[in-house]
Amino acid sequence: MPFEDYEPVIGLEVHCELKTATKLFCGCPTTFGNEANTQVCPVCLGLPGTLPVMNGKAVEFAVKIGHSLNCTIASYSKMDRKNYYYPDLPKAYQVSQYDKPLNYGGYLDIVTKEGTKRIGVTRAHLEEDAGKLVHAGGKSGRLDSSDYSLADYNRGGIPLVEIVSEPDIRSSDEAHAYLTALKSILLYIDVSDCNMEEGSLRCDANVSIRKKGTEKFGTRTEIKNMNSFKFVKQAIEYEIKRQAGVLDKGERVIQESRLWDVTENKTKSMRSKEEAHDYRYFPEPDLVPIILDPAYVQKLKVELPELPGAKRARFETDFGLTPYDAGVLTSEQELGKWFEVGAKLTKNPKGFANWVMGDMAAQMKEQEKELKDLKFDQKKLAELVDIIDAGTINSKQAKEVFLELFNEGVSPAEVVKSKGMAQVSDPKAIEAVVGKVLDENPNVVVDYMGGKQGVIGFLVGKVMQASQGKANPKMVNEIIKKKLDS
Amino acid sequence: MELYQKTIHEIASDLKAKKVSSVELTKATMAHLKAVEPKVQSFITVTEEVALAQAAEADKRLASGSNLTPLTGVPLGIKDLLCTKGVQTTCASKMLEGFKPPYNATVVERLNAAGAIMVGKTNMDEFAMGSSTETSYYQKTKNPWNLSCVPGGSSGGSASCVSADQAFGSLGSDTGGSIRQPAALCGIVGLKPTYGRVSRYGLIAFASSLDQIGPMTKDVEDCALMMNVIAGHDEKDSTSANVAVPDYTVEMKKSIKGLKIGIPKEFFPEGMNPEVTEATKKAIEQLKSLGSEVHEISLPHSPYSLAAYYVLAPSEASSNLARYDGVRYGLRVPGENIVEMYSKTRAAGFGPEVKRRIMLGTYALSSGYYDAYYLKALKVRRLIKQDYDQAFEKVDVIVTPTVPNPAFKFGEKTDNPLTMYLEDIFTISINIAGVPALSLPCGLSKTDLPIGLQIIGKPFDEGTLLKAAYAYEQSTDWHRRKPTLKES
Repeated sequence: MPFEDYEPVIGLEVHCELKTATKLFCGCPTTFGNEANTQVCPVCLGLPGTLPVMNGKAVEFAVKIGHSLNCTIASYSKMDRKNYYYPDLPKAYQVSQYDKPLNYGGYLDIVTKEGTKRIGVTRAHLEEDAGKLVHAGGKSGRLDSSDYSLADYNRGGIPLVEIVSEPDIRSSDEAHAYLTALKSILLYIDVSDCNMEEGSLRCDANVSIRKKGTEKFGTRTEIKNMNSFKFVKQAIEYEIKRQAGVLDKGERVIQESRLWDVTENKTKSMRSKEEAHDYRYFPEPDLVPIILDPAYVQKLKVELPELPGAKRARFETDFGLTPYDAGVLTSEQELGKWFEVGAKLTKNPKGFANWVMGDMAAQMKEQEKELKDLKFDQKKLAELVDIIDAGTINSKQAKEVFLELFNEGVSPAEVVKSKGMAQVSDPKAIEAVVGKVLDENPNVVVDYMGGKQGVIGFLVGKVMQASQGKANPKMVNEIIKKKLDS
Repeated sequence: MELYQKTIHEIASDLKAKKVSSVELTKATMAHLKAVEPKVQSFITVTEEVALAQAAEADKRLASGSNLTPLTGVPLGIKDLLCTKGVQTTCASKMLEGFKPPYNATVVERLNAAGAIMVGKTNMDEFAMGSSTETSYYQKTKNPWNLSCVPGGSSGGSASCVSADQAFGSLGSDTGGSIRQPAALCGIVGLKPTYGRVSRYGLIAFASSLDQIGPMTKDVEDCALMMNVIAGHDEKDSTSANVAVPDYTVEMKKSIKGLKIGIPKEFFPEGMNPEVTEATKKAIEQLKSLGSEVHEISLPHSPYSLAAYYVLAPSEASSNLARYDGVRYGLRVPGENIVEMYSKTRAAGFGPEVKRRIMLGTYALSSGYYDAYYLKALKVRRLIKQDYDQAFEKVDVIVTPTVPNPAFKFGEKTDNPLTMYLEDIFTISINIAGVPALSLPCGLSKTDLPIGLQIIGKPFDEGTLLKAAYAYEQSTDWHRRKPTLKES
C-alpha cells in the first residue's frame, strides 16, 4: 500500500517534574546535579516504617496544570500504588494515581501549518519520580553489558505530573506542535523548569498506523522516555515508516515498548524486563484522599496568568498579526510581554513584530543573547519602526541602524542623524537630480520612449547614486515617470 | 514484693519519692530479665547499655524534680517492628537481621521524651504475621503461665515480658488482634487504639490500613498512663488523626453507672471453650452489678471479617514487603542478574508464613482478580464498619471474649494455617472497622491459663473503654495474679 494511504495515530504521555522546593512526600530538596545520594532521607529511601506526607505545593502546581489544560479538577482523588520491582524504586512501588486522577477530560489547542487543532488531554495526574541508575563498567554504559549498577536516589520522590493525551495526533509535526505548546504552557504557569537535558520533561509516544478512512486503531508501540522534542519527532517518523514496512510485508505489528536509539536513529525493541507488567494498582493506604475545596480550586484558576493560546488570539486581534506570527511571539511568556509593550508604542505593531521575529531574533541567536541582555528597550525599536514608516531611511539603512541599536544601544534617531542618513524627500531637490540624470542619458530616455519601460530601473539607480543613496527611492521612481510620461 | 513486680503507677511514685533510683531499678529489672530470659525468651535484642544510659539521664530528671512523667525512669519493652535509632530492628525476620534504622519511630521518640527506659526489643511473629510468635526467625517465646504454651502473637514477646515482670510495660502492634490476643493469653492488659489515634511512623508496616500501635501493661491504669504519652496527631503520619487526647487516667476513673454494654450474639458461637464462655459471662454479670446496662446486639457481618481480612491484609503486605529486595539494606543473596538476586534474597529472607501471605496478596491484587477479591473485601469492610456504627448508636461499649480458647501448645496450630487464623476470630473485625478495643484478664482456666475479656469502644473513645475496664478490674483481682513460669 502506498505510504500516503496510511494514517498515523499518536498519543503522547509527558512526564513533567514540578519545581517545588521539596520532594512529593518528604522535606528533601529537589535541586538537580548534586552528588549522588546527598538529597535523601529515610522517607524517600523507602526505609522500613517510613510514611509519606503529601506536599501541598505539588498538589497546587498539579491543579494549575489541570486548569491550564482545560481539565476537570477532581473534587475527590486519591493516590494509588503501582507495584513493580526495579532498583531505582526503593519501595518497589511508585505512588501514583490510577482510577481517580486529579485532572481529567481536558484539551490543548495546537497550531500547525494546516491551522489550529484541538488535542484531547485524557488526564494529568500526580506521582513520584524514581531514582536513577548508573550502569557501570562494561562497554556501552547500558544495562545489558554493564558489570554492576549504582543507584542515585536524589531524584527519587520528586513530584511529577504525567500528562496523557488522547490519540488525536496524526503526524510527527502535530506531535511536535503539541509538545511545544505544552512546554510553553508549563513555563507560563511557572510549575516546571521544563529543562529537558536535566530530564524535567520526558515523553513517551504511543504510535500506531491504520488505513486512511478506517476507524479501527492499529496495534500500537510505545516509544519510551525521550528527552528531546527533536527525538520525539524523529522517532515517530521512523516508527510510522517501520510499521508501514511491517504491514506491507503482510506481518503484524507487535505491541511492545521501544527505545529511540539516538546514535543509530532508529527505534529498538526493549528487553523483556519491560514486558507486560501487572502493576497490581491499589489505593495507597498511607495517604488520605485528596479532597479539594471548590473555592481553593477556583482561586487557583483565577490566579493563572494569561495562557499562550489566549494571548495568541488577542495578539491577532489587537495587533493584526497572522496566527503564525502571534504563535511565535507568544511561545515564550517573556517574549510576548516584551513584544506587547513595544507594539503599543508604535502605530505599526506588525512592523514591530517583523523586527522582533526577524533581525532581532537572528542577532539574539547569533550572539547568544537573551531578552534580559538587550542594550535597548522597546521604545527605541519602536522609534526605528516609525522612522522607517516616515520614509526617513530606506530598508538597507534600517538594517544598519538596527545593528547600531542592537550592538551599542544607540537610539535610531541619533544614528540616522550622526550618519547623515536622512532620506531626501524634498520633491524639488529630487527633481533637480532627476533632470541632471536625464540630460546625461539621452539614449536611455529614447529607449524608454520607444517602449522599453524596464530601463526606468537603470535611471532610478543613477539618481540614487547621484544623491549618495539619500533620495527617497519611491519618490525618485514617481518623479522620473512623471517627467518621461509628460 | 520485688521492685520489678510492681506496676508503672506504683514504681513511678517510688521513683518520684526517691525510694529508688532509675539506675537501681533498671539494674534490678535487667537482672531479673536475664534470669528468666532463658526460660521465656521474650527479647530478640536486650539493650542493657541503652537502658543504663537512659536510666542515668532519667535520674538527672528525677533529681531535678522537673519535667517528670509517670514513665520517667521506668523500664519498658519495645516490639521489634518499631524502629529504634542505631538499635537492631528485625521484625523477627532473617531479612532484617542486623538492620539498624537511622531514625526512631514516633512512639519511641515520645517514650524517650517522657524519660522511659528501653530494656530490649521483643520477639514477635515474623513481620507480625501469626498468632503464636512461632513464625519468628530467631526464637520461640514461651508463655510465662505455662512454658510449653505459646504466648500468642504477633506481639508475643511484648506480652510475655510484661507478664514475666521483665519490663513494666511494653509497646505492641495490632493488625488483627496482635496486641489483644497475646495480652489475653499472657494475662495482661493490651489496648489496640482507634486507627489513627497513635502515629504509625516508624512502625514497620504489615497492613498499613489496619496496623495500630498500643500499650501492653500489668493493669488498666498503666495502660492509661502509656496512652497519655503515645496518643495524638503526628505530622509524619497523614493517617494519624488530629483529635484531642484526653487525660486517660482521669477518664478511666469516671463512673460506669448507666453505661450501656452491648453483647453481640455472633461472638458466642456454639462449641466455644466453656471455660471462656463462663468467664466472659461472669465478667458481664460483674459489669452489670457495677451499674451498667447490658443489651444483646448483633454485628451481622462479623462472620465475614476473617475472609475480608485475609484478602485486605495480605494485599497490603504484598506491597509493603516488596521493598525487601536485597538492594539497599538487610539480607542480600547474590545472583547472576537482578531478578535472580531478588528471588534468591526473598526466598532465603522470608519464612513460610510471610511467603504465604505475600502470595495471597499478590494474587488478590492481580489483574482479573482485583474486583473479585480486593474490591469485594473493601465492600465487606464497609459493611462491617456499618455494623459497628449502628451498634454504637445503641450502646457505649461492646463486650466479648478476646480469644475463643486459652493458650495452646507449641506446634499445635502450625500445620494448618486456618486453625491459627481462627485465633483472631473475635479480634479481627475491630481492625477492619478501625475502632478501639482492649483485652484484660477475666479469669483463669482449670489449668491456670489466663482468659481475656475484650471491650470494644467507639472511635476515639478510648476513655470510655478504659473506664469500663478499670471499673471491672478494680472489682476483681485477676490482674494481680502472677505466672509461675512452670513447665506444663
